Amino acid sequence: MGTTITRTDPTKSQPPNQDKRWRLVDATIRRVGHQSRGLIETLHTVQEAFGYLDVQALRYVATALRVPLSRAYGVATFYHFFTLKPAGEHTCVVCMGTACYIKGAPQLLAAIHHNLGIAPGETTPNGKVSVLTARCLGSCGLAPAVVYDQNVAGKVTTQELREQLAKWMPHDS
Amino acid sequence: MTPEELEQIVEEQIAARGEVARTVNVCMAAGCMSCQSQSVKDALDKEVAGRSMEKKCQVKGVGCMGLCAEGPLVSTDSGVLYQHVTAADAVEIVDGLEKGPVERLVCPTNVPFFQRQKKIVLENSGIVDPERIEDYIGASGYGALIYALTDKTSMQVIDEVVRSGLRGRGGAGYPTGLKWSTVAKASGKQKYVICNADEGDPGAFMDRSVLESDPHRVLEGMLIAGYAVGASEGYIYVRAEYPLAIKRLRTAIRQAERLGLLGTNICGTRFSFRVDLRLGAGAFVCGEETALISSVEGKRGTPRPRPPYPAQEGLFGEPTLINNVETFANIPPIIRNGGDWYAKIGTEKSKGAKVFALAGRIRNTGLVEVPMGITLREIVFEIGGGIPEGRKFKAVQTGGPSGGCLPAEFLDMPVDYESLARAGSIMGSGGMIVMDESSCMVDVARYFMEFCMTESCGKCVPCRVGTYQMKQLLDRITNRDATAKEIGQLEFLCELLKNTSLCGLGQSAPNPVVSTMRYFPEEYKAHVEDGKCPAGVCGSQANE
Repeated sequence: MGTTITRTDPTKSQPPNQDKRWRLVDATIRRVGHQSRGLIETLHTVQEAFGYLDVQALRYVATALRVPLSRAYGVATFYHFFTLKPAGEHTCVVCMGTACYIKGAPQLLAAIHHNLGIAPGETTPNGKVSVLTARCLGSCGLAPAVVYDQNVAGKVTTQELREQLAKWMPHDS
Repeated sequence: MTPEELEQIVEEQIAARGEVARTVNVCMAAGCMSCQSQSVKDALDKEVAGRSMEKKCQVKGVGCMGLCAEGPLVSTDSGVLYQHVTAADAVEIVDGLEKGPVERLVCPTNVPFFQRQKKIVLENSGIVDPERIEDYIGASGYGALIYALTDKTSMQVIDEVVRSGLRGRGGAGYPTGLKWSTVAKASGKQKYVICNADEGDPGAFMDRSVLESDPHRVLEGMLIAGYAVGASEGYIYVRAEYPLAIKRLRTAIRQAERLGLLGTNICGTRFSFRVDLRLGAGAFVCGEETALISSVEGKRGTPRPRPPYPAQEGLFGEPTLINNVETFANIPPIIRNGGDWYAKIGTEKSKGAKVFALAGRIRNTGLVEVPMGITLREIVFEIGGGIPEGRKFKAVQTGGPSGGCLPAEFLDMPVDYESLARAGSIMGSGGMIVMDESSCMVDVARYFMEFCMTESCGKCVPCRVGTYQMKQLLDRITNRDATAKEIGQLEFLCELLKNTSLCGLGQSAPNPVVSTMRYFPEEYKAHVEDGKCPAGVCGSQANE
């Protein structure tokens, strides 16, 4: 082949922009020694810092850890915990574990759909609320459980859920 | 850390306990934390400080006390347990230390829920502060490790575990001692110990509770395992969905490193061991050991055919011991008290006690540890307090998506690995979901099949395509569009998946369908032939 491929030293690759949060990502990349086995850990750090994984971030992490972009993308899409889209201002996670399911989690999702018109995994058009489901929060004693912006609420009723959503959504929408 | 230094910490802890006349324990595990137990603890701290009683009365954050449904829970050193405590109750509780218990908050402890339990794994749970290593050491923690390192050879340690009869608590029940000796015999330049804390079964929270309540016990179990099999590195693969467990594990590892219980030349011996955390990222299949290894290596969590088993070729191609959290947590008491002591508990083939997470339509939801061989009736009706609202028991689901639903006729069956398997379910990791007549068993089967469908990793065709097809069929049944022929197709797919899937996920995915078809055929019949859902679940607004 006539073309030469220029290989950049992955340890010297630069973050996509000046955002200070990249320093956290760089710290993890250094800690895992630029090794491919640190891919999941690094993606965790990116998601913790930025809230989601975009193509730019995946490209940077892939280069720094010497893995093909396809593998970084493959891992990011394989695991449910990683998201490629930014979340809304508020998040509402409905637990769909067995205990929550038989104690009324489907009714809660139906109420959300009725009030906001969105299904799990979606964000309201105004970017205010994202609705997600969890496999099991492990708070089965509190079924059905919902996490409102990191705070776990137990024995949730559709009425309580509606009130919480109303607080997050501006009245005109 | 030498044995003498450890002894010194124990004595200091006992002396410190002697100085403090009273102790108030506040449950700081996830269940109670989500009912604001932090504010209860803050209020108690403030109340004690306000009365300048800090020297006399200690307010301690502890792990899970078990009765999660009645949280936040607070206990005192005189054995009083308070339920549904709020921050406003702090004054009365502190008053109560002298004047006697606050009657309106008291939770009776002379009931089967507390009396019938046999606590081995949970012995420290709700008693020690999970964020202080000294507290764990004060409760004879790390004593088993020192004993193993100084008084026993690695073969003797394995022998003790073999004699205990302990079987893997992750669900499959493989003899732990046998696994250990296989790894010990395997040759490799580096061996690894992995703790499987990827508790993915919906409706199970035993491991989370153990990690949150007593993280050092799991570390100690791993250290002993590392010594026994000749490993020097360990990983704990923990779900990212358990932030509190992760935080406490990180603290525990740091503290153990500081005291020299993790690191090089532990207790002045040649044994070195370090432990690192790896966070899962929400993939149920990673509970399967080869998929878990793949995930620890930073790849997609897909399983591979066995053999070679991880004991021969595991993490990075080296011999690897993988055990579940609860299995490791059983190790320190086994080494401390001897394998024979453990083997006296339980049944002939299933030794010891097992932690179960009781949830669903049951009065006392929470965490219990019971000896093997206890009957389901005792667990559900005596310990669990039965079904609330005067409803009728319908089924108990064990083993999560890999298990089955057992009807009332099995209530008097002893709980052990073999009996559960014979009845068409599995022991599983310990989730126990009780259902009453308001649950539709076809809908439950559909729920688990949907779970397996989304969690299938996609590597092998029977599981990837089969779970989808079965979910479609179950959708048609719950929508009451199915024909009798489709029931036959469902049965055919159950067999196919069981026999041809690559890993446990696909092989056991039909279990909920098979068990509900076997024990509740009339419900399937009602959906297909009469177009009715007897429980009134299918077709209601929420399930449309």
